[in-house]
Amino acid sequence: MSNSKAWQTICQTQDLVKHSGVCALLENEEQIAIFQTDDQQAFSISNWDPAGKANVLYRGIIGDENGEIFVASPLYKERFSLQTGKCLDDEQLAVTSYQTRIINDNVQVLI
Amino acid sequence: MSLHALSQPADKQRIVVVGNGMVGHHFVEQFTENDNYQLTVLSAEPRLAYDRVHLSEYFTGKTADDLALTTPEQYQKLGVDFHLDAKVVEIDKSAKTVRTAQGQIFAYDKLVLATGSYPFVPPIPGKEREHCLVYRTIDDLKQIQASANQGKVGVVVGGGLLGLEAANALKELGLDTHVVEFAPQLMGVQLDQLGGQLLRKKIEDLGVSVHTEKATQQIVDGEQCVHRMEFADGSYLETDLILFSAGIRPYDNLAREFELTIGERGGIVVNNQCQTSDEHIYAIGECALWNNFIFGLVAPGYAMAKVAAGHIQGETESFTGADMSTKLKLMGVEVGSIGDAHAKTAGAQCFTYQNDRDVIYKKIVVSQDGKNLLGAVLVGDTSEYDTLLQYALNGIELPENPDSLILPSSNEKPSLGVDALPDSATICSCLNVTKGDIVGAVDAGATDIASVKAVTKASTGCGGCAALLKNVAEHEFAKRGLEVKKDICSHFAYSRTELFHIIKAEKIRNFDTLLEKHGQGMGCEICKPAVGSILASIWNDYILKSDHLPLQDTNDIYLGNMQKDGTYSIVPRMPGGEVTPDKLIAIGEIAKEYNLYTKVTGGQRIDLFGARVDQLPDIWEKLIAAGMETGHAYGKSLRTVKSCVGSTWCRYGVQDSMSMAIFLENRYKGLRTPHKVKFAVSGCTRECAEAQSKDIGVIATENGWNLYVSGNGGMKPRHADLFATDLDDATLVKYIDRYLMFYVRMADRLQRTSVWLESLEGGLEYMQKVVIDDHLGINDELEKQMSAVVDSYQCEWKTTINSPEQLKRFRQFVNSDKTDTSIQFVNEREQIRPATITEKAASGLLIDTVTITDKSDELTPA
Ligand code: SRM
Ligand SMILES: Cc1cc2nc3c(=O)[nH]c(=O)nc-3n(C[C@H](O)[C@H](O)[C@H](O)COP(=O)(O)OP(=O)(O)OC[C@H]3O[C@@H](n4cnc5c(N)ncnc54)[C@H](O)[C@@H]3O)c2cc1C
Ligand code: SF4
Ligand code: FES
Repeated sequence: MSNSKAWQTICQTQDLVKHSGVCALLENEEQIAIFQTDDQQAFSISNWDPAGKANVLYRGIIGDENGEIFVASPLYKERFSLQTGKCLDDEQLAVTSYQTRIINDNVQVLI
Repeated sequence: MSLHALSQPADKQRIVVVGNGMVGHHFVEQFTENDNYQLTVLSAEPRLAYDRVHLSEYFTGKTADDLALTTPEQYQKLGVDFHLDAKVVEIDKSAKTVRTAQGQIFAYDKLVLATGSYPFVPPIPGKEREHCLVYRTIDDLKQIQASANQGKVGVVVGGGLLGLEAANALKELGLDTHVVEFAPQLMGVQLDQLGGQLLRKKIEDLGVSVHTEKATQQIVDGEQCVHRMEFADGSYLETDLILFSAGIRPYDNLAREFELTIGERGGIVVNNQCQTSDEHIYAIGECALWNNFIFGLVAPGYAMAKVAAGHIQGETESFTGADMSTKLKLMGVEVGSIGDAHAKTAGAQCFTYQNDRDVIYKKIVVSQDGKNLLGAVLVGDTSEYDTLLQYALNGIELPENPDSLILPSSNEKPSLGVDALPDSATICSCLNVTKGDIVGAVDAGATDIASVKAVTKASTGCGGCAALLKNVAEHEFAKRGLEVKKDICSHFAYSRTELFHIIKAEKIRNFDTLLEKHGQGMGCEICKPAVGSILASIWNDYILKSDHLPLQDTNDIYLGNMQKDGTYSIVPRMPGGEVTPDKLIAIGEIAKEYNLYTKVTGGQRIDLFGARVDQLPDIWEKLIAAGMETGHAYGKSLRTVKSCVGSTWCRYGVQDSMSMAIFLENRYKGLRTPHKVKFAVSGCTRECAEAQSKDIGVIATENGWNLYVSGNGGMKPRHADLFATDLDDATLVKYIDRYLMFYVRMADRLQRTSVWLESLEGGLEYMQKVVIDDHLGINDELEKQMSAVVDSYQCEWKTTINSPEQLKRFRQFVNSDKTDTSIQFVNEREQIRPATITEKAASGLLIDTVTITDKSDELTPA
């Protein structure tokens, strides 16, 4: 599977909201949440909140704990690492995380 | 019949405690760490010990559970064998057993009588009639409540300390309240004649009628009310409820019947070790007579409990009497009495201060040589109580002009710094904690007030010593260079209050500057919204400005309340619950067009549910066109000002509550606060708007408005406190401005005004000083700040729909115009509701829960 992965351009940097998130639709109808933490840095995870059971993660607040960057779900506040997708509050939970890069204002995700 | 406790291991001493009141319970607590004893507790009441001192709070919303001093689980854990509804009726001194009314027999090695006392009911014919009650137990209070619900008028017989507390309760229960006193003055034990007169005036001003020198001869059927009380002087008073509070009598019947020595006028005689005439039987608390004296307060009882428990365990401490000084607040009137209030000591000199305008009276009683303080009476202002008490208790030498201690404007008023107190000074008289104990606790590692309390138990009784305790403890912390830690999160080593002051003083306008200068890391879901709220309270910028947007909670970012399925609810403002038919029709039409679930809220307005994020701007454009604006249902800000229809329509209304509510809602809308704030305005005392459960409650009176503060519904309801009475419109608004801004400054994050007030040192009284008397000299500033916020109000939705940059954010997908198909509704009662997971699965639209995969190995630094 991982062999077939490729960088896809999802949107432009001006579509992002700095220090916050936006949502994009993948071809397979899955939703991803893209967070811009810095001019040149963005992270993507699945938009589905496995605790709240709704497509909402892009609307959470981002923050850091001991250097780990996370988003806190807007529903019940579970924090998910933007780097690994792991939930910091409940070991049983995790979301898919996607490698993300910004190249010439193109926001690209490895899918 | 069964013989209990005989089966206990023989090596354990058996202690049987009769009565589980405050003192009996305190006795039990003395054995928590000692395994050599088997304790059995026999309680005549149907529940374990509760806080009788705060009994009256039962009427202001505290439950029996809140008042409980312990729980069955705790007693079980301690290994205490306890029996409820177990009244002891017999003591067999030679067999060393007691028997309960149910016939159970318990053997003891040591017996402790902690039976307390009962209210004395004078032998007046008619005293057994229905609705003639007393004020001592939770069950009594239940009966009073039931009776009060059926009547309009209530009388308390007895104008002592407890009687006045009971009168306050009747007044709070909505009865037209009278106090009938046999003596010529109120609180004759604690106050002198002038003090009593002043107190009477103050209480009458509050609407309680006081009748002194009245001897009730009989109680018969009334004409207007249930009863008529006929007095010796030929006059009478009609009432529906009578509460006897004419003193207490010790429960010494067991001692009397089973031949323990009792006093001439009752009370079980005890020695300095609290032993009765039988050395194996102790008596403690209000049933015990020591040195021919019964102490009607909890602190001396606790001291006895400690002495008796110590004696049983082989210690040699003795009971040496107790201080009977009291400070209290009766119906908002401050009263204090210290030591020899009546100046009975030979050669005593008095100094008095009387102020008829503000109705304040203070007297100090000084020893003949002028060196020591013997006593004091304070009515109307007890701010000097703590200092005076320390002078009296510790024999601290008085300044040359002792009257400087009570004169209001004396500049060189010697305030007794806590440093000046000797280590032996009693700080908490309930739990007998000295300054030395507190210093010891700090030396042993306590770094905050909570742990000092936990270690010393100080301030866990009547609570009257809280301010002094805080002073002493903080002084000790400071001496050791300790800082009290109240950091908001790992990114800022400051409390919310400190952040507020930093932001204001340094004129910081955004989060990044604050983080750079005073914080570390990126911030988090705790500090970001808190700082966002502070910035908004101070500068009142548009909250979705790019600097501020990432700080806001999701509800604020999308200006709506997120529901469980990720859709939003929409609440247009509807000040005071008033809505024109045209607006109602517009709301209906918009709801229909977007197929929104529509409901009237608990806050007197209309909520439209089920809007997708991408629909919000369109819907708001239409609502705004129809003349509506945002209701801030999403914000930590003013929610609703509920109102009743008031004097314009209602036949009982005495003021125009609608206009006031609408005015207030429009004034404070948009103000960002530490937590949400709710108001209500009622047009008369029937209180249809439920103002007494709101952060700010306003109730119309004949003369203006009564202001209530810090009420709360929700998880832990709190009855609001009466803050000021009969205000005119302008003063009302001024007080609310100040109160709210002070709250904005001082409170912790997500602290409602109720919790804030409870945690505020000095409580309501302090708040009144700040807001009404400008105690801190900040009122000008508070008012200016408020008017700046009021003047810079904007409807956030209006600003948002006029900004193309903002509208971009409401697209569901940055890369597609599709809508979110995972949002699904089904119909119920002719409206939509979110589809359940099962329903979604049935329609094939369920998104599988994502499997857990570890992607960390694939990470490449960007
Ligand atoms: C919509 C409404 C229920 C309804 O269908 O009627 C409601 C709905 C919510 N309430 Fe409420 N409360 C509503 C009236 C109340 C009331 C009644 C009142 O205001 O008179 C109370 C008790 C009064 C009080 O606050 O003191 C109330 C006490 C709470 C509490 C408990 C607060 C507390 O101090 O204990 C919460 C939780 C919180 O804020 O932390 C809460 C939280 C909520 C939240 C925000 C829960 C959430 O996070 O989703 C709900 C938002 C739903 C939404 O989309 O608006 N809601 N809530 C009412 C909206 C009133 C309005 O017009 O704005
Ligand atoms: C409304 C009110 C307000 C007060 N406010 C203050 C205040 O502000 N400050 C202050 O210091 N004090 C105050 N007091 C007084 C204080 O509550 C008492 O001093 C304290 O409760 C005495 O404790 P106790 O254990 O001796 O008696 P109690 O608390 O009365 O307990 C005695 C218990 O023994 C039980 N009992 C009696 N006989 C038997 C028997 N034969 N067998 C089994 N059980 C029996 C009784 O039912 C009762 O439960 C107040 C009292 C009241 C009623
Ligand atoms: S009571 Fe609970 S379920 Fe009902 S609206 Fe309030 S928060 Fe929601
Ligand atoms: S004096 Fe009563 S709790 Fe301290």
